[in-house]
Amino acid sequence: MEEFDIIGQPLPKVDAVNKVTGATPFADDLSLPRMLYAKLLGCHHPHARLKAIDTTQATALPGVVAVITGADLPVKYGIIPSSQDETGLAGDKGRFVGDPIAAVAAVDEETAERALELIQVEYEALPAYLSIEEALDQKGEPIHDSGDQGNIHKLVSLEYGDPQAGFSQADYVRDDTFFYQGNTHLPIEQHAALAHYTADSRLTLWSSTQTPHYVHRLLSKALGIPMSRVRIIATPVGGGFGGKCDLFGHEIAAAKLAMITGRPVKITLTREEVFYTHRGRHPVLMWVKTGVRQDGSITAMHFKTFLDGGAHGSYGIASTYYTGALQTVTYKIPAYKFDGLRVFTNKPPCGPKRGHGTPQPRFALEVQLDKIAEALGLSPVDIRRRHLVEENSHTVNHLRITTCALDECLDKVVKASGFREKHRQLAYGRGIGLACGSYLSGAGLPIYWNDLPHTSVQIKLDRGGGVAVYCGQADIGQGSTSVLAYTVAEVLGVGLDHIQLTVADTDLTPIDLGSYSSRVTFMMGNAAIQAAEKLKALLLEAAADMLELPVGALAARGGRIFCVDDERRSVPFEQAVQRAEAQHGALVAMGSYTPPKLAGPFKGSGVGPSPAYSYSACAVEVNVDPQTGEIKVEKIWIAHDCGRAINPLLVEGQIEGGVYMGLGEALMEEQSFRRQQHKSPSMLDYKSPTTLETPEIETLIIERPDPGGPFGAKEAGQGPLLPVPPALANAVYDAVGVRIDEIPITPEKVLKALDLKRQGKAARVGPKGIPNVTFPKPVWVEPHSGAPKLEAE
Amino acid sequence: MLRLPPFEFLAPRSLAEAVALLAERGSAAMIVAGGTDLYPNMKRRQFEPAALVSLRSIPELRHVEGTAQTGLTIGSGVTLTQVSQQPLIANAYPALAHAAGAVSTAQLRNMGTIGGNLCVDTRCNYYNQTYHWRKSIGFCMKKGGDVCLVASGSERCWAVFSSDTAPVMVALGASVCLEGPQGKRVIPVEALYRDDGIAYLTKQPDEILTEIRLPPVDGLRTAYWKLRRRGAFDFPILGVAVALKLAEDGTCTAARIVLGAVESSPVEAQAAEALLIGQKLTREVIEAAAQAAARPARPLDNTDMSLSYRKRMAPVYTARALAQAAGLNGDQAA
Amino acid sequence: MKQLITLNVNNETIEVYTAIHKTLLEVLREDLQLTGTKHGCELGECGACTVLVDGEPVLSCLALPIELEGQAILTVEGLAVDGELHPLQQAFADNGAAQCGYCTPGILLTAKALLDHHPHPSRDEIRQALAGNLCRCTGYAKILDAIEAVRVP
Ligand SMILES: Cc1cc2nc3c(=O)[nH]c(=O)nc-3n(C[C@H](O)[C@H](O)[C@H](O)COP(=O)(O)OP(=O)(O)OC[C@H]3O[C@@H](n4cnc5c(N)ncnc54)[C@H](O)[C@@H]3O)c2cc1C
Ligand code: SF4
Ligand code: FES
Ligand code: FES
Repeated sequence: MEEFDIIGQPLPKVDAVNKVTGATPFADDLSLPRMLYAKLLGCHHPHARLKAIDTTQATALPGVVAVITGADLPVKYGIIPSSQDETGLAGDKGRFVGDPIAAVAAVDEETAERALELIQVEYEALPAYLSIEEALDQKGEPIHDSGDQGNIHKLVSLEYGDPQAGFSQADYVRDDTFFYQGNTHLPIEQHAALAHYTADSRLTLWSSTQTPHYVHRLLSKALGIPMSRVRIIATPVGGGFGGKCDLFGHEIAAAKLAMITGRPVKITLTREEVFYTHRGRHPVLMWVKTGVRQDGSITAMHFKTFLDGGAHGSYGIASTYYTGALQTVTYKIPAYKFDGLRVFTNKPPCGPKRGHGTPQPRFALEVQLDKIAEALGLSPVDIRRRHLVEENSHTVNHLRITTCALDECLDKVVKASGFREKHRQLAYGRGIGLACGSYLSGAGLPIYWNDLPHTSVQIKLDRGGGVAVYCGQADIGQGSTSVLAYTVAEVLGVGLDHIQLTVADTDLTPIDLGSYSSRVTFMMGNAAIQAAEKLKALLLEAAADMLELPVGALAARGGRIFCVDDERRSVPFEQAVQRAEAQHGALVAMGSYTPPKLAGPFKGSGVGPSPAYSYSACAVEVNVDPQTGEIKVEKIWIAHDCGRAINPLLVEGQIEGGVYMGLGEALMEEQSFRRQQHKSPSMLDYKSPTTLETPEIETLIIERPDPGGPFGAKEAGQGPLLPVPPALANAVYDAVGVRIDEIPITPEKVLKALDLKRQGKAARVGPKGIPNVTFPKPVWVEPHSGAPKLEAE
Repeated sequence: MLRLPPFEFLAPRSLAEAVALLAERGSAAMIVAGGTDLYPNMKRRQFEPAALVSLRSIPELRHVEGTAQTGLTIGSGVTLTQVSQQPLIANAYPALAHAAGAVSTAQLRNMGTIGGNLCVDTRCNYYNQTYHWRKSIGFCMKKGGDVCLVASGSERCWAVFSSDTAPVMVALGASVCLEGPQGKRVIPVEALYRDDGIAYLTKQPDEILTEIRLPPVDGLRTAYWKLRRRGAFDFPILGVAVALKLAEDGTCTAARIVLGAVESSPVEAQAAEALLIGQKLTREVIEAAAQAAARPARPLDNTDMSLSYRKRMAPVYTARALAQAAGLNGDQAA
Repeated sequence: MKQLITLNVNNETIEVYTAIHKTLLEVLREDLQLTGTKHGCELGECGACTVLVDGEPVLSCLALPIELEGQAILTVEGLAVDGELHPLQQAFADNGAAQCGYCTPGILLTAKALLDHHPHPSRDEIRQALAGNLCRCTGYAKILDAIEAVRVP
């Protein structure tokens, strides 16, 4: 018999039929009787004090029901407890062009829009800071007064072991600078929310959010009403990628307007406003110095990152730490130093985008490794393959590694792509590049400090054999609701048709922290197994009574409970349920998951730990036109270690989607600014790949079950993005011999580098240097005892 | 959701009725065909016409007539999909079919017309933005302001004429038929354009472009190369249309090279054409012509990709287009 | 200005009294409650709002209902017939071609038009036909797979 009935099967998602028939109710599809429509007025200046806002004319416009400004929403909030720097609408000043400063509710969107034009704002312009350099060279009032110093939001410095000794023992040391441009999620669904405040003083908010629980907490804070009177329902999310993980001004404004008017209020952002809402990839300038021995083993690494944070804290403190955290989880690093700095700038706030803070350093690390391999005459495969972290070990920065199938990932990708036969051997213009990556299966710590479970699942059995499952998780298209159903059905041994799902509703479902950090399958899966196992025990006990057999002789599969040695002796599932209910009363069970305590004993150790890491290796083959600099990606091979594929179809989908997104970032996506405002806030001008720029992707799923994961599963949603940009950069180098140390790799940059090469100069385009910043004295950390050691020569 | 401003909608059933309506409404009315250019602009409040005169219900504008030998007339209301797929056009004027097929996306080509494509508004990434965006940066002279944000101090607007088919039409030697209250006139396509980002058409607002007349093929070899970031959606940021005639022995007897999306009108590279006439089209000849063709191109930094890149691509794309038209392998040319 | 407009949507004749400057997208979603048709830009830049008019894919965000009287409009809600999924819908479900599902209605309709005209497209032809529909979730791979699965071999 197969080990599992449902796990591992390429099943359609439980909500697939709704999605293909257009029946899935996205937030903007909702409407309620007497519903009003809200619109936001965005700030017209990058940085300006709001001296006066006159809403009289707007309020007087027929059809307008209410107008609010920052004065109506004074409470500061922020997703991270130590960065409380946002308000629902800007109060004292606007901090970027598009920063919401007022909101109108009217009988229809057209009227609301017209009313915006009638709001008079008196601005006092302040000096604006549009880049890391400008922010550091602070000429006037800082953007916030809550940062570490002036426009510097966060400064961190950590040292693990003895990098000095490591560098001095190296045979080869090099330092490089890299830049990774900011880009945005661009979900096709524009954010939308519907708020309803009923006469009993209860507020319900339906919203396209990845994190209903955080929205619940923060909305209650921002509005000053207890959580017990607020209900958040996360609607199916039409693309998230990290962009719908904060509480946003439009959600607060809709809720406030609903409270003021007593009528339901819907708000849907325009595409331009989605660009302003942002929370996307931070632009990061990086400097990395690495020491290696002749065999390519790393003796020490020093990483400096400079993050351009935009106008708010958002997840920025975590982002900053993430740019220094996961360098250590792929190759053995015995000594490591990290300096990170995040500045505020007058641009839409950055935050978590797929891979949160790690694609940028991964790009730098993997490209530098390619350069080191060349300098040492090593193959890009060997320099990686020979120095992989060991399973069941720790890293120098106290991250616990459980399983790591990166060896297998590399071997499979190298073989499938023919890397060894192609690298350095293809005709001029054609090239292949390789890179690896790793990502968390869920953050080990929650966003706000607490000891509570990260997720809980409740299951209720009914007498007809129905299995009602409740969980606060929000499906953002990755299929987490389906994973919930598969897990419970597998454990209870019933078909998926028994399962009824209620998710992402803070009134009905137990808390799950949300769809971020690739945590849902891993954490919710474990909680679901726990809950289902509790019920299964009761059912087996009941069946054992009925069959007069010991519990140990029974199994639950295929909708019945039977004797393993004689399958004819069996009880249908619902009969077992009835018997158990007669014995125990209502059959309800809870399961929860709290990650093991993984953080190291030092400040800053909270970011990086995860119960398990996924691994991927990727090869990209390109064709570069030396006359135009245009890059055609011929094919991408990717192998991803996800522990176990709960549904291979969904895992492949996540991998392919991640590869696509990484490729878009690597080739064209760019959140750029000109004259102090967003240059291209539209889907035409912000370039994202179509079917024509997206190559065939060969996906290899590597399964090496992780003991901590549900059925051995690890993540697949974010990790596969990481190796794509560096693999592309390395392929371009292989094709035409130029280094583009900067993302995106555009035709212009390729041509410029080719020009430099022709002129006999360094054939490289990338940042020239890093700002002159004195980092604080690092927090020194004794490496974990299980970490790779710097061996004396 | 971005929405259209209110307007009165007029749907004349004949050309005569349309001309009369336009005369009657004067500058308060605008012509709309497929709406794929006009409606996005209206949603961003570049235009708020009191009335729209739609050409969609006018059967006279939807014909394709003629042959490769006699020349072809194409009604202005023919969709870009039809232009790109009609065997008659695709066989006789492949560059035209290719250019029409390279416009944006299949959905848009099903809606957009060839007439609309010839009259499409000029573009600038300071202009094709929402009302809020433009208000924030300060309105420019093309709409609502009095300065140019690309070329400060400039007296004129440099918005880019970004039609894909117009350069091909010019290279083919096509003419257009205009009909308005003052009557009917036929002018060469190039005479329809003016190098001014605001008043980019010489046609009067109340004149309807009714049809396009293509000359007999007569051995004309054509090609169109389009520079853009992606293979769909994107406007050209450089377009090169070429039309050549070659004698039996390969000597070039006629040549037209027309660049699109580099200025506020299509730009014909006459100096380059002169370098081809009387020559056999070797790689060297093509290269010299391509360099010369690129010289008059004066793009500014108001489209996707940098101005220097677009300038640099002009000779490359010209050489590739010439090589393709001449029957040499396009990718290896120049 | 409002006007009574008669539309044929999903084989049903519907009279709707609405403002003439509302696009087909708005009328479908707001007047007819056919919210299956999605929007991502309302400017012709994403393809999410694609519907079929007389069998051809068009962008409902740039179409005026008043110009579509007498033509057959098909939205995602009209794809399944008598409760039976269209083969494309089934293939999209089976192949995991809808992740968040937001681009799916527009893509299904574009794909339907392709297969109706051209039952044997190659993978490259499918790519070409779908180039006007952006998807941010799937990398398009499973979408191409699903359409290939339906393609008459
Ligand atoms: C996302 C997007 C991408 C695009 N990409 C491209 C591209 O790659 N290449 C390209 O060339 N275009 C592109 N376009 C622009 C446009 O869609 C096409 O140019 C199309 O052909 C315009 O035709 P239409 O019938 O829709 O014009 P409309 O929008 O109806 O009209 C355009 C203009 O021409 C006038 N007009 C139309 N027909 C006539 C007539 N018969 N007589 C007189 N005046 C007339 C109108 O008054 C209006 O000012 C794109 C548009 C969008 C929204
Ligand atoms: S070229 Fe100058 S005037 Fe013309 S649209 Fe652009 S910014 Fe405005
Ligand atoms: S909504 Fe994006 S093309 Fe219509
Ligand atoms: S499935 Fe989410 S955008 Fe395509």
